[in-house]
Amino acid sequence: MVDPNFIASLLASSIRAGTPLLYATLGEIITERSGVLNLGLEGIMITGAFTGFAISLATGNPWLGVLCGGIAGMLLALVHAFFSITLKANQSITGLMLVLLGLGITGFLGRNYIGEVAYYLDLIKIPVLSDLPYLGEVLFSHDPLAYLAVILAALLWFILFKTRYGLEIIAAGEKPEAADSMGVDVDRVRYISTLFGGFLVGIGGAYLSLAYAKLWTEGMTAGRGWISLALVIFSGWMPQRAIFGAYLFGGLDVLSFKLQAIGVGISYHFMKMLPYVVTILVLLVSVIRKRAAFGAPTALGTPYVRGKKE
Amino acid sequence: METLLEMRNIVKRFGNLVANDHIDFEVRRGEIHGLLGENGAGKTTLMNILYGIYQPDEGEIIFEGKKVRFKSPKDAISAGIGMVHQHFMLVPRMNVFQNIVLGYRTPHDPLINQKWVEERVEALSEKYGIDVALYETMMNLSVGEEQRVEILKALFRDVKLLILDEPTAVLTPQEVDSLFYALKSMTKSGLTIIFITHKLKEALKVTDRITVLRRGKKVGSVKTSETNERELTRMMVGRDIVLDITKPPREFGKEVLRVEDLWVKDERGNYAVKGVSFSIREGEILGIAGISGNGQRELEEAIAGLRKVEKGRIILDGQDITKKGVMERENIAYIPEDRIGVGLAPSLSVLENLMLKDFKKYRKGIFLDFGEMEKRGRELIEEFSVKTPSLHSSAGALSGGNIQRLILARELSRNPRLIIASQPTRGLDVAGIDYVRRRLIDAVMKGAAVLLISEDLDEIFQLADRIAVMYEGEIRGVVDRERANYEKVGYLMAGGLEVTA
Ligand SMILES: Nc1ncnc2c1ncn2[C@@H]1O[C@H](COP(=O)(O)OP(=O)(O)OP(=O)(O)O)[C@@H](O)[C@H]1O
Ligand SMILES: [Mg+2]
Repeated sequence: MVDPNFIASLLASSIRAGTPLLYATLGEIITERSGVLNLGLEGIMITGAFTGFAISLATGNPWLGVLCGGIAGMLLALVHAFFSITLKANQSITGLMLVLLGLGITGFLGRNYIGEVAYYLDLIKIPVLSDLPYLGEVLFSHDPLAYLAVILAALLWFILFKTRYGLEIIAAGEKPEAADSMGVDVDRVRYISTLFGGFLVGIGGAYLSLAYAKLWTEGMTAGRGWISLALVIFSGWMPQRAIFGAYLFGGLDVLSFKLQAIGVGISYHFMKMLPYVVTILVLLVSVIRKRAAFGAPTALGTPYVRGKKE
Repeated sequence: METLLEMRNIVKRFGNLVANDHIDFEVRRGEIHGLLGENGAGKTTLMNILYGIYQPDEGEIIFEGKKVRFKSPKDAISAGIGMVHQHFMLVPRMNVFQNIVLGYRTPHDPLINQKWVEERVEALSEKYGIDVALYETMMNLSVGEEQRVEILKALFRDVKLLILDEPTAVLTPQEVDSLFYALKSMTKSGLTIIFITHKLKEALKVTDRITVLRRGKKVGSVKTSETNERELTRMMVGRDIVLDITKPPREFGKEVLRVEDLWVKDERGNYAVKGVSFSIREGEILGIAGISGNGQRELEEAIAGLRKVEKGRIILDGQDITKKGVMERENIAYIPEDRIGVGLAPSLSVLENLMLKDFKKYRKGIFLDFGEMEKRGRELIEEFSVKTPSLHSSAGALSGGNIQRLILARELSRNPRLIIASQPTRGLDVAGIDYVRRRLIDAVMKGAAVLLISEDLDEIFQLADRIAVMYEGEIRGVVDRERANYEKVGYLMAGGLEVTA
């Protein structure tokens, strides 16, 4: 029999490990829904992680760190937006450029921060509920940002499907000329979605340094940006499905440590590979089933020029 | 009647091409104003300028007595102008409801007030007799239903002026009637309508005044009650055209295509073609009449090799090709109904589209002989008079009629044995129709067999040697042209059962 304590602690850490992925995935879902492909998540996340850490260290206020991490992400997203929306440049290339930019700058600026201890986000144990056996540990003993992520996913689902803004975002990503002809300012919608998306990705990064690892190391995102990109596909561009996906992939991430700790010998590298294998499987399934709900936004990655005939 | 809209001296250039050349256009409040012109005359361009999609290079617009400048469709919408585009502007993954409210501020914005929208749509549907299923996804709708959604989108925004860009090109005769009925009731409640079409009969039937464009210039405006088909044709084309093609008598040769008990499924997995059999001989045109959506598309795609055959056989020149791929059916030319989606690669150039099926012929080692390809491309454009700025312009930018000529050029120049022509003249102007029909006759004179699929009974009766009617996936009676009766074919198309005398 597997020890229930082991399961509970595994689930609890899955949520913690999944939270940064969830922020990044949600951010990219909003960005992509509007038709903009931002491949720069890895770079934006690491910038958010570093900025958050540095600000928290300087001011003693981790929340200010989180906010600034988000803003830093937004600034990088602004670069991407300017190139891909205003200049109609190739979106893949600017996205990849952000990865190099983010990793490079933080690597350079971050040298003096290695080994420092910044103020981090405390856990909030929800009274009574957190005392429940097992369940309390899994669901009710997290930091505020982890709770917020779930609320955010629900909120984004609501905005996307139940408000005018959401319809405008979806239309801009599906068929921008249709949105435009109904008076929607496609470029504006895309700018806002991309900036907001970048903000969330930045927060995902800040979560890494201020709540998850509680320290700064160079390149600490370790592929989480890429995994989040895959998670967007995994969740079929649906915020609500991202919750499950992020925790699942978070779980795969921590499972390797946990298994080693109890002495099950599975290669560390194999475990690191698992998220990618799962992603490939998901892609295969979605292609085979060709379900409309699974597909990418139709105009993803295509700049919009009014009145241009193909 | 007072003037609602005046467009003065409008000029629009695309590179060297002058799409609108100093056009004056005036519309009065409460009228249905027809805008006529051949393919590429500049009708859509003029309306796109009015709707804020293009900015004019010269000229001005006066709407409701005020000089206006629409920087985007948003400005046009807020001024009270709505447009139903020639190629619909609907988001396929959204449902009808979402397409209608897209961009609209309902009470309690940014929330969407579902009840309020439902009531409003209900009221509009009732008032104008336009029915839609609000929560259906767009993908399940027919073109006619899509168009109703487009019209509702505009009405929902309380437009004063509604532009309809070739609304009837995609409709069945019954749908055209109910559209006209709706238009009339709209003008009764004070709306003004600009109605673009090629079809003179329709223009004469439904409009109050007509403006004709030719090659980017305005030819003139006339009162509908004071004009006739002949005058309008002359204004549009610059000469008289009589749509009267005589087919020279010919001997039918041996059998080219034979279809035996064919069963084909549609996207949703239901049988769309149910046990169809027929054959066509060299030099013969078999016309399949029928309202779209009765399995014609599945039938033609199965023969062209684009769709799986569930049961039955397709035999071309004695060979069973039922399981062969498209590339192995190079003797079949396919002129599909969906020209932009199936017939063309719109983002590729005119030349690439012409050579799409013939790249192999121009191999020079591992390279392609571009010089030779361009030479052949130029010949084809000349021969089929495709009007294009250059061989290298993207094919999607051509006007509707020129897209069709481009497809004909590619398909017919390969000397096919069998030509499948699906709604080949839909959306074309008189000259274009005349041209396409003559080309098909030329092809049978050279010994090809033609499968003509059309909703247009006049077309079927003019071209076909034998006529069949397709209804709900089945073929009802194949008769010789001489023995076919116009009324009876129409009756069968509408679902009537064959009465054996
Ligand atoms: N965005 C564009 N870029 C380049 N050329 C264009 C563009 N839009 C239109 N044209 C050209 O301008 C001319 C007029 O086109 P327009 O679409 O206005 O014709 P139309 O009268 O609507 O024809 P149809 O009946 O075929 O719809 C055509 O030659 C077309 O190729
Ligand atoms: Mg047009």
